[in-house]
Amino acid sequence: MGVVHGQEMVLNIGPQHPATHGVLRLQVKTDGEVVSEITPYLGYLHRCFEKHCENVTYEQVIPYTDRCDYLASMTNNFGYVVAVEALMDIKVNDRVEHIRVIMAELQRIASHLLGLGAFGLDVGAFTPFLHMLRDRERILDLFEMTCGARLLYNYMWVGGLSHDLPVGFVESTYNFLDYFEPKIDEFVNLLVHNKIFVERTADIGRMPQEVAVSYGVTGPNLRASGVKWDLRKNDPYSIYKSFEFDVPVGEGGKGSVGDCWDRFYVRVLEMKESIKILRQALASLPKEGDIHQSIPKKIRPPKGTIYKRTESPRGDLGYYIESDGTNIPYRLKMRSPAFTALSVIDEIAAGWLLSDVLAILGSLDIVLGEIDR
Amino acid sequence: MTVDFIFDLLNQFLPGFSGNGFLLLFAMLIPCLILFGFIAVYALVVIYAELKVSSFIQDKVGPMGQGFGFHAGKWGLLQPVADALKLLTKEDIIPGSANRVLFIMAPFMIFIGAFVSFVAIPFGESIIVADLNIGIFYILGVGSLAVIALILAGWSSNNKWSLYGAMRSAAQIVSYEIPAGISLITVIIITGSLNMQEIIAYQQGGIFNWILFDNPFIPVAFVIYFISALAETNRTPFDLPESESELVAGFVTEYSGMRYAFFFLSEYANMFVVSAVAATGFLGGWQSPISGYLDSPGWGVFWIMSKIAFLIFIMIWIRWTVPRLRVDQLMNVCWKVFLPIGLINIFGVAIWTVLLGS
Repeated sequence: MGVVHGQEMVLNIGPQHPATHGVLRLQVKTDGEVVSEITPYLGYLHRCFEKHCENVTYEQVIPYTDRCDYLASMTNNFGYVVAVEALMDIKVNDRVEHIRVIMAELQRIASHLLGLGAFGLDVGAFTPFLHMLRDRERILDLFEMTCGARLLYNYMWVGGLSHDLPVGFVESTYNFLDYFEPKIDEFVNLLVHNKIFVERTADIGRMPQEVAVSYGVTGPNLRASGVKWDLRKNDPYSIYKSFEFDVPVGEGGKGSVGDCWDRFYVRVLEMKESIKILRQALASLPKEGDIHQSIPKKIRPPKGTIYKRTESPRGDLGYYIESDGTNIPYRLKMRSPAFTALSVIDEIAAGWLLSDVLAILGSLDIVLGEIDR
Repeated sequence: MTVDFIFDLLNQFLPGFSGNGFLLLFAMLIPCLILFGFIAVYALVVIYAELKVSSFIQDKVGPMGQGFGFHAGKWGLLQPVADALKLLTKEDIIPGSANRVLFIMAPFMIFIGAFVSFVAIPFGESIIVADLNIGIFYILGVGSLAVIALILAGWSSNNKWSLYGAMRSAAQIVSYEIPAGISLITVIIITGSLNMQEIIAYQQGGIFNWILFDNPFIPVAFVIYFISALAETNRTPFDLPESESELVAGFVTEYSGMRYAFFFLSEYANMFVVSAVAATGFLGGWQSPISGYLDSPGWGVFWIMSKIAFLIFIMIWIRWTVPRLRVDQLMNVCWKVFLPIGLINIFGVAIWTVLLGS
């Protein structure tokens, strides 16, 4: 924090603050209500993820990936197992791929629900948050049905899955989708078109396309700025190539492209696209197929490196793995989408009012577990 | 007038004490204690209502329980009691760097501001503590005491969040008093009186004689008053002074236990006062909506209470539905929307009253 002038005041938002989405500390320089400078301080949730990974076997890394982005554990598992499988050249059967996609898309909806709800909370709307948590709960029920866990699943394994789908899962998922699809319109009516909500988010914290690209922002935040970039389309992994879905981008429906409202609305649209994918995946889910078929006896990838990225609910989630031929990764690096999203905050939030800064922070939908790792 | 009535009664039954001022003090104390008890009970009821209404809106069950064990009582009825007991038994923390005197004074100041308004609220034809001839003006005036208390609380806490909250609330309450006052002026124009009882007497004779339906300008004034009242009581969408996602808890950040409870209590007391003013000024006060039907004094209390309860329900409803405004938008709404509309409204009402007046 540079020089603090006479009228200015340095304010610490966090690490214990209701709007920091975890243990983040933002040091902001304010002049009255206007914020002129924001410095995020990280590390309050640092658990040495990458160092841990150098000391445990490949399969033992999976529970650690759960704990990085704890709101989207399935997609974290997914990214890691895809990377290790690419390193070992393992092909999994169709049923496993389908189940993985179903889980990942359910997780995307769950994560977006919480992200949107928390954003609503940041601008003072309490009720949508609880409505969204109520629906997220039903997704967690589906996960619990499958693998017994509701938050940290350890579900996707290298070469397969921990459990097959339980009896009745497909029907329950269909039921959930039928229930959830009209609920999205309810959210839209309750919050997205609410006059006060629009006033609070439209034209606020605009992230221009160049800024987003130069900072390496990915995921819904990048798409809200008008860049059509989705790894499920641009660099397809798993079986995403075989599904039909659109990549929603921000169009500045209420203000200008890349504002907080766009970042909110892109996530709403993405939930709809996820439902499309889910319906296709459930319809084409193969009945036969052993989910443990391709699980290797020993996970000893050949010497070499790999960087594999997948589309998590927050953006490009990349795993760089360096193998020295043993059963323990020599080096593992995780590219966190939330980290890059947070790094842009000073660029887009400086000059706005204190309330706007917290709305902008909420619109980036960061998870501190993934930022600090 | 209640104080005089009790004073006469005491003089009659205790003639030995008359003349030394003791009985007058006593006569003033009794209605105050009754009012205090009323506010406490009312706060418990409205906290319960808030919990249950919010649960209904948010698709959850709210406080639940069976019997009177260590649960929250039947239907969670004892939940507000449990909350109150928890606040009472909490450790009383005063921050080391706080200004002790002001810090202790602030919760009482804010409660006084809410409490003294109650004396001018008519609950029935003869149920009013002090029938002031400037009743409505008095309530608007003492309502502003809250600002001083909020600034005291924010400043004395020696906390940046508290300071932000205090500054916001000072700006907000002072600003919103103007549209609130302006919309009440229309009522005064029509009735020609500042006396609460006379305003109610003007609206005698059923629902269509209420001031709300007096002329087409009044509903606008009513809406402006009600929204300004939300702002004055720091309710959503105007809860910026204590917006939990921005300012932690605003001016009450450093308060805990009983002192916090007093802020809480006075917020609910203020809600009651503004609803009572709205009910009196626009909705006929303690008059029955149907002329000559159920309009005995006992029913008068029922009618004003149900009108107030309805308005408070709307406040709770709004609170759990809409997001919060930003501080500059709040000021814009006040100065650029409500004030011009309110002023035009006054002219409209005045012309209407002169041309077509009663």
